[in-house]
Amino acid sequence: MQKKIFTALSPLLAVAVALAFSAILVIATGRDPLFLFSKMLRMTFGSDYGTGQIVFRTTSLILTGLAVAIPFRLRLFNIGGEGQALAGAFSAAAAGILIPEGTPAMVAITVCTVAAAAGGGLLGLFAGWLKVRYEVNEVISTIMLNFIVLAFVSYMLTNHLALPSTAHTPDISAAARIPGFGASIGIWQKSPANLSTLLVLAICLCTYVVIFKTRFGYAMRAVGLKPDAASYAGIRTNTHLLTAMAAGGAAAGLAAVNIVLGYRHCFEAGLTSGIGFTGIAVALLAFAHPLLIVLSALLFGFLEYGGLSINAYVPKDIFMIGQAVTIILIIVLTQQAKRA
Amino acid sequence: MHAVELSGITKTFGETAANSNVSMTIRQGSIHAIVGENGAGKSTLTKIIYGMHQPSSGTMRVNGHQVRFNTPQQAIQAGIGMVHQHFMLIDGLTVTENIILGQEHRKLFMPLKRSQAASAITAIATKHGMQIDPEALIEDLSVGEEQRVEILKLLYRKAEILLLDEPTAVLTPEETRHLFTALRSLQKEGKTIILITHKLDEVLEISDMVSVMKSGRIVGTVPTSSVTKEDLARMMVGRNVLLRVDNPVEHPGRTILDVATLSCRDPKGRPKLNNLSFQVRAGEIYGIAGVEGNGQTELLELLWAMSDCSVTPQSIITIDGKTAFGMSPRQIAESGVSHIPEDRLKHAVIPQYLISENLIFGRQREKKFHKGAGFNSKAIASYTAQIIDAFDIRGTRDSNVTVAELSGGNQQKIVLARELDRPGLKLLLLAQPTRGVDIGAIELIHKQIIAARDRGIAILLISAELEEIISLSTRIGCLYKGAIRHEFSAEEVRNARGCQQEFEKKIGLHIT
Repeated sequence: MQKKIFTALSPLLAVAVALAFSAILVIATGRDPLFLFSKMLRMTFGSDYGTGQIVFRTTSLILTGLAVAIPFRLRLFNIGGEGQALAGAFSAAAAGILIPEGTPAMVAITVCTVAAAAGGGLLGLFAGWLKVRYEVNEVISTIMLNFIVLAFVSYMLTNHLALPSTAHTPDISAAARIPGFGASIGIWQKSPANLSTLLVLAICLCTYVVIFKTRFGYAMRAVGLKPDAASYAGIRTNTHLLTAMAAGGAAAGLAAVNIVLGYRHCFEAGLTSGIGFTGIAVALLAFAHPLLIVLSALLFGFLEYGGLSINAYVPKDIFMIGQAVTIILIIVLTQQAKRA
Repeated sequence: MHAVELSGITKTFGETAANSNVSMTIRQGSIHAIVGENGAGKSTLTKIIYGMHQPSSGTMRVNGHQVRFNTPQQAIQAGIGMVHQHFMLIDGLTVTENIILGQEHRKLFMPLKRSQAASAITAIATKHGMQIDPEALIEDLSVGEEQRVEILKLLYRKAEILLLDEPTAVLTPEETRHLFTALRSLQKEGKTIILITHKLDEVLEISDMVSVMKSGRIVGTVPTSSVTKEDLARMMVGRNVLLRVDNPVEHPGRTILDVATLSCRDPKGRPKLNNLSFQVRAGEIYGIAGVEGNGQTELLELLWAMSDCSVTPQSIITIDGKTAFGMSPRQIAESGVSHIPEDRLKHAVIPQYLISENLIFGRQREKKFHKGAGFNSKAIASYTAQIIDAFDIRGTRDSNVTVAELSGGNQQKIVLARELDRPGLKLLLLAQPTRGVDIGAIELIHKQIIAARDRGIAILLISAELEEIISLSTRIGCLYKGAIRHEFSAEEVRNARGCQQEFEKKIGLHIT
């Protein structure tokens, strides 16, 4: 019982320690941490626009968090969220540009969403196939695929797709754009937050139901806990490995729905950079649980935009250090809880 | 003079007491057995004596001096040595190198005096009748020889008190006899031997004194000559136990499992099964007796389509007339076969899953447990309640208990209940059904196996416990180097069952 409480509290403890640590760094730069923290709160949750920014960032991080969390159920460590999100963004933008104007919005958005999921999902599936067929460790293959995708997409952008003397493609067709919360229901005006957040929350809920409430999830978790026993019980372990990697990749790819369809409306260099890696932290902090991921993504979304909002006073790198400290602490604390 | 004297030893882990108020004395030069069911606290107690655990309270004296060991190192210095159930030897080194490891008595980078050590080891070994080649590599030794190396290691370090944890669990009857001869020879030299075991026959055969443990306490310490096997069982379990299940005459029907001229090689090309042939008929138990490593594992893996061995073209396995080659585990199960594997925690349950989730594990595709894309939790709950009741599964105070929290016996009951209840069951592959299971639970498991046989199910029983093979089997095949070397007919088995010891010796001749 005590163990469970300790495990449940460890994320909070980690966050508290990391905040204290950031405060020390802030003091070292000669600033008053209390002033900065209150400034940061005012600029984020204290303002309509700031809240919208956080919601926008949280939405992407939920997806890249799921990209790590789903394969994690099978003891697979998907480090490829970065590349998968990029592939998703690229294919969603490509689909969005190709779709003719005048296509019904539902059709255009669905096509682009499927393209985003397919872009990331195929990448994840490929890493899974390398694992099943050739026993290539998924950590190595997903990292390498990150580089390959980045290089490929950069080449395509600079040499073929970018508008002259810019680093972005033409805009996607208007039909494929997802309206912002500001335009549709009048909250979080002018912020990049858009209706795709609702879709993403639904995906989270569905993931939870599939993993914990269905026969498929029962078999899948069994494969993660005891692969040998699962094989003896007639469960096709390889199928589950492939499915989880593909689902993880697809989740990362779907970040494009939020970023490309909902906000930027084109593909641009560096559009998704960093969200894949932050997703690892999001998943770890939430114990790879699809519902807790929402909270953990919210925290990282807040830290990310909060850091940006006071960049004028202290370098936002301090908050990146804070994020990294949180991750290390979380692992230390959960290991301690296991031993206690 | 007492070699070890424990008074009021209590050891708690969190809120549970593994040992409470344990007091006992072990006379110098005696062979003292400690028996008890799994979880009775035997291994905690030995770990305390060997310095791996520190008692929460209580005192310990060794040879009259009060001691408190913080590490095994200190126990070794006080003359205590331990042979663990799982040997602590390094495969790539020779016998001598393993024995002198940590005792080289040499400065770093100076040559080792191997030959000197080797002759010292040979001297100790011959004195106690433990033949060993000091230059042999550990990886080339049999399990019995590895155990000899472990004992020699203690003697080389001049241990006076030897702790042996389940030493016969992995030995053949022949090897057990050799071990006991060596132990008696050591006793004559004045060594004290503490024997942890659950095999009551062996306690009666070798020990002078026996302490019985139950739920962390010593129930009694008595001279072995004053008790019977039944007495010990009653002290361990707390009630009368039927040690030998009733085995009424069987009425076998048609052949269900047919294995013929089955030969296979493992991925490294080593032959594992060699022209193996036998049949199991409906309503009979075919027992395979044999020392571990003679092809049992490979046979089971082939029967369950989990093997990475390559079979020869003339090999045949048919289940109720259909060839089993090319089927997946799922298809084999669906054709009415259940498998209770040797290692239940590795292959038969998900320890982190609840009891109810484990009761449908491998049977989760049965429609009666379904509701939509998920499970029918009501149906599963009532099924679980029914099984818990029928199989007397203990430790289930609420329904949120995972299988990891149950004792070995209760875990095995869950596996057995699930597999016996498979719809359309024709054949049961049963490996080591009572390994790590308490005597109390063994009784129930054996009864259920006989009952299944009487329902007309064909059962293939593979067990390292000869006693179990003899008391359950209709026919017995003696497996040696991947082939049935000798088969005892139903009549032979029925007639020989009365004189267990003699029959065990007879079987022993065919499996070594």
